[in-house]
Amino acid sequence: MNVLEPSISELVTQLLEVVAALAAAPLFLGWVNQCRAWLSNRRAPSIWMPYRNIRKLFDKDAVLAENASPLFRIAPYIVFGTMVVAAAIIPSMGTRLPLVTAADAIALVGLFATARVFLSLAAMDVGTAFGTLGARREMMVGFLAEPALLMVIFGASMISATTALPAISEHLATQSLGIYPSLAFTAIAFTLVLLAENARIPVDNPATHLELTMIHEAMLLEYSARHLALMEWASALRLFNYACIGFALFVPWGIATRTIDPVGLAFSIPVLAAKLAVAGGSLALIETMSAKLRVMRAPEFLATAFLFAVLGLLVHVLLGS
Amino acid sequence: MTHLPFDLQLLNACAALLLLLSFAMLSQRRIVSLVDLLAVQGAVLAAATLLVAWRTGQGHLYFSALLTIALKVVFLPWLLHRLIRRLQVYWDTEPLLNISGTMFVGLVIVVFAFSLAQPITQLASTTMRSAIGIAIAVVLLAFLMMITRRKAMSQVVGFLSMENGLFFGAMSATYGMPMVVELGVALDVLVAMLVLGVFFFQIREQFDSLDLHHLESLKEIE
Amino acid sequence: MELLLVLALPAAGAVAFCALGARRDAPELNVAFSLGTFLAACALTVRVINHGDQLVAHEQFFVDPFNVFLVTLTAFIGFTTSLFSRPYMRVEMVHGRVTAGRLRLYHSMYQLFMLTMLLALTTNNMGLLWVAMEAATLSTVLLVTLYRTAASLEAGWKYFILCGVGIAQALFGTILLYFAAERVLGAEGVTALLWTHLNAVKSQLEPAVLALAFVFLLVGYGTKVGLAPLHNWLPDAHAEGPTPISAVLSGLLLNVAIYAVVRCKVLVEGSFHFPLPARMLMGFGLLSVVLGAFFLFRQRDIKRLFAYSSVEHMGIVAFAFGMGGPVATFAALLHMTVHSLTKSAIFFTVGHAAQKAGSQLMDNIRGLITLSPTIGWGLMLGALAILGLPPFGVFASEFLIVTTAMREQPWATPILLVALGVAFAAIFGRVQPMVFGETDARRLPHAPALLPVFAHLAIVLVLGLYVPPYLADWYRAAASFIGGP
Repeated sequence: MNVLEPSISELVTQLLEVVAALAAAPLFLGWVNQCRAWLSNRRAPSIWMPYRNIRKLFDKDAVLAENASPLFRIAPYIVFGTMVVAAAIIPSMGTRLPLVTAADAIALVGLFATARVFLSLAAMDVGTAFGTLGARREMMVGFLAEPALLMVIFGASMISATTALPAISEHLATQSLGIYPSLAFTAIAFTLVLLAENARIPVDNPATHLELTMIHEAMLLEYSARHLALMEWASALRLFNYACIGFALFVPWGIATRTIDPVGLAFSIPVLAAKLAVAGGSLALIETMSAKLRVMRAPEFLATAFLFAVLGLLVHVLLGS
Repeated sequence: MTHLPFDLQLLNACAALLLLLSFAMLSQRRIVSLVDLLAVQGAVLAAATLLVAWRTGQGHLYFSALLTIALKVVFLPWLLHRLIRRLQVYWDTEPLLNISGTMFVGLVIVVFAFSLAQPITQLASTTMRSAIGIAIAVVLLAFLMMITRRKAMSQVVGFLSMENGLFFGAMSATYGMPMVVELGVALDVLVAMLVLGVFFFQIREQFDSLDLHHLESLKEIE
Repeated sequence: MELLLVLALPAAGAVAFCALGARRDAPELNVAFSLGTFLAACALTVRVINHGDQLVAHEQFFVDPFNVFLVTLTAFIGFTTSLFSRPYMRVEMVHGRVTAGRLRLYHSMYQLFMLTMLLALTTNNMGLLWVAMEAATLSTVLLVTLYRTAASLEAGWKYFILCGVGIAQALFGTILLYFAAERVLGAEGVTALLWTHLNAVKSQLEPAVLALAFVFLLVGYGTKVGLAPLHNWLPDAHAEGPTPISAVLSGLLLNVAIYAVVRCKVLVEGSFHFPLPARMLMGFGLLSVVLGAFFLFRQRDIKRLFAYSSVEHMGIVAFAFGMGGPVATFAALLHMTVHSLTKSAIFFTVGHAAQKAGSQLMDNIRGLITLSPTIGWGLMLGALAILGLPPFGVFASEFLIVTTAMREQPWATPILLVALGVAFAAIFGRVQPMVFGETDARRLPHAPALLPVFAHLAIVLVLGLYVPPYLADWYRAAASFIGGP
């Protein structure tokens, strides 16, 4: 296979992945909210609500503070852009994609870090108290979550001896089923990091309106209209991306591996949809069963994630599985 | 990567679970949960013993597993729960290090234990030899738990966890010790727990609490 | 047959005292059981002298010159301590420090302790050795806390936890030993842990594993010997328990523990020629001598003072075993014997003195000579004996050890001498005012049972002047087989 001459089907798959991510991310969010409502015996807004929300925001006029710098205006686009690029290089439907050479897991972590940095800078840009508060907390969570995420990736890559995400997926997808304790530990660590980075309970409540307890929401307080729409979409995309990373690392079966033929592609789409449905339900379950941690306990939470990741690594080194 | 047969995978999973349980015990603050985790540890140990017994056909291991279940899963946790209820000691909230610090020290200890186990792993001829490192790690983690805890009950749980680790080490290195020795060890553990039970009441009677702070007044140099 | 008696008598005693321990004549019964054990031990000794090493009961028990004299020593000191404990515990009951129930516990645990120590000495199975050592700790924990004071509970807790953790390390060492043995002897079950078998194949055992095993075994059993820095439980346990228990702990348990260490050392040394066991023993021994000697100055409690002295002497023994060679090992064995006898004698007198003064603080004990000449002289002579004054036996063994050190490990000699000198100054400085100071208390109403004291001191004196030939032959036989570079 020549990377310089991707086949038509590969290009199609690549495009399809990005479009699917963009389109399905708000739906995923809506599904999670629906599951949460079911579990708490309440009625949720419709699944399509996030789309309506985004469309409503795009129709509005943006209101900017007087002392907002250009950074404030550009940040939403950058954040959104990084999330789209990330969606492009995460193998959700197939593993032989044109951007394979760029799809190193560490680069992925770098993309997420870029998004976080710009988000925090923008939050501090206008100089409000809550913005700075949110930015500080976000950086603290991120500072602790990043090593954990890197450890997770190292752990997962130990088994396949590469940090390229598609290669890891392919390696695992072609193995027969088995019990890998190290993978189990790493998966737990990844789930914890996912909860922390996406501002989910128990680290942060996405539905809160109490500014003093916010982490992620506090950074969006100053945004309106299209900027806010992009930010919201980016958050949804981020959750979607994390879910797809999780699938690629731990449950890659169903992905079209090696050559991408239409049959494989057609098979991988419903499998992805099913995985997303299950993941959304589990996420809702975890959120419903946990209580939100006090902010000063968040480092402990992330330390646990780091611990699990390192344990997975050590167990793999020792037991060979 | 070559695939191990299924029962060996299960054994590796048991070993990893033991390690996880040790860390869980390190971070637990509720003493009731500590004792439950200890019981689960005993159960995992018994399961591992049964798997090894089934795989290698060594009869005395079945008996050993039965002994483990009777002692470490049923009797000792029951005894400890009874003590907890009668002594009304439920929380152990003031460790020497905070939770994150303890976890990191624990990680360093695990790495150290794995490196310590390397020469033995290379020499062993059993199927479970890779788990010797985990056994040493469990022992050292239990030791860490004993040093950093305040309440007497947590130290006892740490002591028992250390015994579990030693037992697992014996099983993974040499398919368990001769039966007479294992019986002796079990008897010792049993008697130790009974003595401890009596002890706790004496301490409680004297100090009205099981906080080990009270037991620090005798000094080397007066 | 004799071995069976040696083990069965204490066992029977332990069981019997569960019911009978609180009777008026329970102490006499205790003496009877101990006397029986001692006589059986003597008979066993005679058999070993006549017939050589004995393997009993399908090779589960092994009696050779090294442990048979320890068995006799243990039984003897057990007997004399039971003689001492007769009036002592009666007075304690009168003073109200023990109740009838606790007396029952005391007597049955005493016999149980004797059983576990004799078992540890005579067993051939390294695993059973471990079980017996742990059982010895367990049987004395409740005795240390007999008085239920805050300090005794703390002492008992420290004892339990520290020795428990230590012994867990020893268990790991035993597992490693079994692991190494199994590769050579095959997993025939019980025989892979038998000391005689291990001794036969010790050069074939893996050096790396044995080294690791020895480290764990030394740390584990060394905790029970009281080697610094693992000695923390020792002063507290000696000070807070009843005096007969202090005597027995110091005189007997430490011996049995170092016996276990030496057995392991013999196995490990045969496997490779790097002197790791020797170096470690010497290091720990020297550290114990120095720490013991220097801590002596700050003690205010008389039993703690002599407990630190035990730490110091055990350090000397460990150092001597570490040095190895026929002379040093001979001296170490001799030192073990005389130290047990002298230390237990001292504890007997100290017990009576403290009972009389009503306190264990040295500042409160004065003028023992006037109060009761026997106690005064006993303490004086005992202290002089333990400090290594000629012609007592301790001088002979210390002299041999120091001279061997001068020849083989000259760097250690100044350390040893300084520590011994410091100990002399500390103990003598404390004992002198206690014995000869001014006091206006009245003489003791009852005659203290000091026959054991003078019996012990007499033996020590005799050993200092003239070691009987059969004893010397024993020591030499044991020394040659313990071997060493």
